[in-house]
Amino acid sequence: MAKGSTKSSRKGSSKSKKKERAKAAVKAVERKDLLEAKLSAAREILPESIYKELEEKLGSEPELGIEEKALVVEETVRQYISKMAQPGEPVGTVAAQSIGEPGTQMTLRTFHYAGLMEFDVTLGLPRLIEVVDARREPSTPMMKVYLVEEYKRDREKAKEVARKIEYTIVENVLHDMEYTMGDNVFVLRLDPGMMEDKGVTVERVVNALAKAKIGEVEASEEDPYTVLVSVSEKLLPPDYMYDVKTYREIEEKIKKVYLKGIKGIKRAVIQEDFEDIDGKRRPVYYIITEGSNLREVLNVKGVDYTRTITNNIHEIAEVLGIEAARNAIISEILEVLNSSGLDVDIRHIMLVADIMTWTGHIRQIGRLGVSGEKPSILARAAFEVTVKRLYEAAVAGEEERFQGVTESIIAGIPPLVGTGTVLLKVAPRQG
Amino acid sequence: MPRRDFNEEAYVIDSIKFGVLPPHEIMKMAKVTVVRPEIYEADGTPITGGLRDPHFGAIEPGERCPVCGNTREDCPGHFGKIDLARPVIVPHYSETIYQLLQVTCRACGRLLLPQDKISGYLRLLSRLKKKWPQLASNFSVQVRKEASQVTECPHCGARQFKVRFVKPFTFYEDRPEGEVRLTPSDVRERLEKILDDDLRLVGVDPEAARPEWMVITALPVPPLSVRPSITLETGFRAEDDLTHALTEIVRQNERLKNFLVSNAPETMIEDSWLTLQHVVAAYIDNELPNMYQLTHRRKRPLKTLAQRLKGKEGRLRGNLSGKRVNYSARTVISPDPLISINEVGVPVDIAKKLTVAMRVTPYNIEEARRFILNGPEKWPGAVFVTKSRTGKKIDLRYYTNYRQLAESLEVGDIVERHLVDGDIVLFNRQPSLHRMSIMGHIVKVVPYKTFRLNLLVCPPYNADFDGDEMNLHVPRLYEAMSEARELLLVEKHILTPRYGGPIIGGRQDYISGAYLLTVKTSLYTKEEATLILSRGGFKGELPEPAILKPRELWTGKQLASLFLPQDLNFRGKSKINAGPLKCDSEDCFHDSYIVVRNGKLLEGVLDKNAIGAEQPGNLLHIVALEYGVEKARELLDSLFRSFIRALELRGLTITVSDIDITDEAKQEIARLVETYKKRIQEMIRDYWEGRLEPIPGRTVEESLELKIIQELQRLREEAGRVAVNSMDAFNDVFIMARTGARGGEINITQMAAMLGQQTVRGRRIVRGYRKKTLPHFRDNELSPEARGFVKGNFRDGLRPVEVFFHAAGGREGLVDTAVKTSQSGYMQRRLINALQDLVVAYDGTVRDNWGNIVQFKYGEDGVDPMYTYHGKPVNIDRIIERVKGAR
Repeated sequence: MAKGSTKSSRKGSSKSKKKERAKAAVKAVERKDLLEAKLSAAREILPESIYKELEEKLGSEPELGIEEKALVVEETVRQYISKMAQPGEPVGTVAAQSIGEPGTQMTLRTFHYAGLMEFDVTLGLPRLIEVVDARREPSTPMMKVYLVEEYKRDREKAKEVARKIEYTIVENVLHDMEYTMGDNVFVLRLDPGMMEDKGVTVERVVNALAKAKIGEVEASEEDPYTVLVSVSEKLLPPDYMYDVKTYREIEEKIKKVYLKGIKGIKRAVIQEDFEDIDGKRRPVYYIITEGSNLREVLNVKGVDYTRTITNNIHEIAEVLGIEAARNAIISEILEVLNSSGLDVDIRHIMLVADIMTWTGHIRQIGRLGVSGEKPSILARAAFEVTVKRLYEAAVAGEEERFQGVTESIIAGIPPLVGTGTVLLKVAPRQG
Repeated sequence: MPRRDFNEEAYVIDSIKFGVLPPHEIMKMAKVTVVRPEIYEADGTPITGGLRDPHFGAIEPGERCPVCGNTREDCPGHFGKIDLARPVIVPHYSETIYQLLQVTCRACGRLLLPQDKISGYLRLLSRLKKKWPQLASNFSVQVRKEASQVTECPHCGARQFKVRFVKPFTFYEDRPEGEVRLTPSDVRERLEKILDDDLRLVGVDPEAARPEWMVITALPVPPLSVRPSITLETGFRAEDDLTHALTEIVRQNERLKNFLVSNAPETMIEDSWLTLQHVVAAYIDNELPNMYQLTHRRKRPLKTLAQRLKGKEGRLRGNLSGKRVNYSARTVISPDPLISINEVGVPVDIAKKLTVAMRVTPYNIEEARRFILNGPEKWPGAVFVTKSRTGKKIDLRYYTNYRQLAESLEVGDIVERHLVDGDIVLFNRQPSLHRMSIMGHIVKVVPYKTFRLNLLVCPPYNADFDGDEMNLHVPRLYEAMSEARELLLVEKHILTPRYGGPIIGGRQDYISGAYLLTVKTSLYTKEEATLILSRGGFKGELPEPAILKPRELWTGKQLASLFLPQDLNFRGKSKINAGPLKCDSEDCFHDSYIVVRNGKLLEGVLDKNAIGAEQPGNLLHIVALEYGVEKARELLDSLFRSFIRALELRGLTITVSDIDITDEAKQEIARLVETYKKRIQEMIRDYWEGRLEPIPGRTVEESLELKIIQELQRLREEAGRVAVNSMDAFNDVFIMARTGARGGEINITQMAAMLGQQTVRGRRIVRGYRKKTLPHFRDNELSPEARGFVKGNFRDGLRPVEVFFHAAGGREGLVDTAVKTSQSGYMQRRLINALQDLVVAYDGTVRDNWGNIVQFKYGEDGVDPMYTYHGKPVNIDRIIERVKGAR
């Protein structure tokens, strides 16, 4: 395609030269056509981002003549094509090395998340290993909940959403709980500060406890923040008088009664960011949560479901699909690398994400995923759990075809990678 | 796809089919049946029917094999067998056997699913197998699950009982009358009844692995070449571990046989049978769970079959995936700034040991003769000559008539000559973390004992000269040599694919040298200029001097420009372009904005940002991308060399007085310490009195810690700034820090002002004694001094207490690196294993070697990151500039 465009351009320019002598006006039109033609050819070849940049830059260079512009377009296309990866390039190995090599320079500790003092977030090597391992649960699950227009500009409204998603149980708003052995009444004294913070009313607590079917619940008349629970006889064994264990169990049960929020969200913290609107810096709020439950959070009113994300890749795959999971893997790895100040080209990371997701489900990098599903017996055996793999192959009557790299090395055959991809050779003339 | 015929003289393995060795094969292979546990007769000759029976194959020199008639060179060795008195289970199959027992009828042996279902599933399976082998095996799992739920056989109606499996090879059946152990014979009987098609459905290939073969009746005994015995100097014979294990099997087997013949009580037979089962299992795998290990006289466990294959040093990983090689060398490396980056200095002693096979042609026959005349001891000589006529290889160490040999040399002979200047070799430093860890170098034979390496290639190898050793390999085939020259040569790796930038480039002295050469104040006389230029190999006229009177003087920028490509244009900020020396345009008073126009360095100093390693977008990167890597190599071999010469002319050294600070600064720092201390004391008081406002989501204790750490961080920064500002900004310490040659603000702060807070796991130091870190403090003291704050500096020295804190922080760093290397090493191994089959195909897609497409276009734009401007395939600004420049 590139060759085609250069050819046509040459023809075009020679033509226009002839006409130049005849009529200047026609020439100008011709030149314009030439540039148009070049640009549309370039559009076919170049990736969108480069094409856009090219258009933009050409637009902002008024001193450039049309022919010069055409030259720029031509050169851009030429350079782009000259930089394409060559057939046989072992991009897999290069990607693995590019991500693995800086591993030694990475930090090993958990860090505060970019200036965020509220939680520690796993970063550095442990997080990278977690991502390529495709663990079900990250060691520090976390969500970034963005809000829709009506909610994000107002701290109070953001707080409202945060309260809605934060998982709250009685224990969270409890100041203390008292009971007397032999009596079936538990006296709960609630913490007004926490109630305020979590947005829970006494009424709500009473209703929740009532629903939990532990016994009769009533708000105390003397103190607005005291709730009395008379445990029903059914729950208590006949000789409960001194049965400490039963009391403890009931106490725990009361503490665990669900009040509001989304399961898995341990904490939700409001974060402030700034956005430029009409040249003015205006605060924008979003929520960071400890713990993650994407499916439910996306359903909460006020949450911007187009941007809200979690660092649990499996959850993303389940809720948003495999392509989203691929992007999540890429952004997670990029974030880890950037936070350690390491420089790795995104193409390598994309390849890792792709090998983890191209089958439609997430596979880990390792014997339980990508490496374990290779068609080659020897490749699997040479990687890990050698003996077991060989016996499995025997039972299934598998056949080793020596297509991959490891197997070829084992058999002493040049692998089908790099210069080994070329199977056609010239037989030198004898004599 | 046709197999690769890379070597016509050898057979190429096309495929290997895996399966279970069937009993009839065992019988057929066996040339001897072992019945006696003893190995030798009293006179030392091997016992017939013992484990060293001559029928196992010839191994002694001169011995003829009674089976094939060959001597030990040609005898491949032969298998034998042990006829087991009772069958035993091969332990690694017991998982499979267990599954089969669960899914088949105990009476008729059919799969516990109705016939119509079986037929339907079979059709589905055969379709799956063709397209998705992975799904086919998943499907078999599902079938097994379904069949194992059935309690009554749909074929014969027999009731099924639960089978219990105890690792590694015991089965029980839960019958109504109670739990009964299934002997291997019982198991074998059941397995025999299973139909082939039923087996296929549950994922067993009946042609390759009939399940009854998994319970063996005869054990194959490998030939002696697999288990060679060694004779110790004392004359004693030491047998291989496998032989020991086999001895034990034969012994137990014979014992059981005796019991059977002598009608011994059932319990004794059972017992003996179990023992036989155990030793056979141990012979196969001596690390099975719930089993005694076979040992050498109660000590070291025997290394049996599985142990030979397993692990990093096992057969697969240790001998097949990685192989030991000849024609390689290893020694200490040392620097040589005067050789090219493409070269490696090889000590003569090594050059005389490593050889290259050279085929004699009419064009090189005279050269070959000269090598032969020198013999093997004198470099450049030759070690072997292979005559094409006779095919004989002559060793010049013993055949000393070199003259005669040289004269009789003919075209077609092969001379193994010493390594000489200009040969290509591969050079490697472990750990080989990326492809730049093995590069091609051109040999330059040098005196003494170390490999010589240009300093500029240290970054890709991550090498230094504190005792590092490196490996060297000589490619021997012309194909390999030319691949090494075209693909592996150092200059081909100036750019790294990791991030599209140069990985080779200046470090340390190169950077300070470049800076000192190119600062405005550097003016050189004709003599000095000549010295600098000649080191860079410059040939040509000196330009017009910048200053004519009172003397002719040249600026460093003039000299540096002489090495740059004539039409090079470059613009960029220097590393020193920061703080007070900051400017954003060409109009820069501080000389910190680099402008190269038409190959002339007009403005700006060269430092880390211009010539440093691992600095994408720098001068070197632009040259490599736009003028080719050969040009970049020339630059590295010329300009960079003259940087060093410039540095030698001036000298660069540091002394204690470089980090002296004024008394006022000292007082200022002390004042800072005081104010911060007071502030922190206040916070601590607030904390004790419960007035401290916690950070949301944190406890009060955590909040206090975080705040204190933050304060102390700020204190160190401020103290550092005070120190830095009071020092002479043009001493050598500062030059190094500013240009990026070595050290930074942090190091200067620690030397001149204070070390600051020491941390362990990101926290202040808390461990040590109960409730306190060291005896000097009060219980639960939270003050900065008690928790690892060091206000001393390296110049004035630390107080004893501070030394301990500093050591604690330092130790963590060491532990960290130790842990990290193993973790990241394993991660990289997994990454490589998962990704190594991916290749860009001819259609631009990324595929694995089985043809699966993983990406439709590599990296979404098909661009090789190695040739990018830090990830961007084209730099449109530079193109526009170039087009403008051409006007």
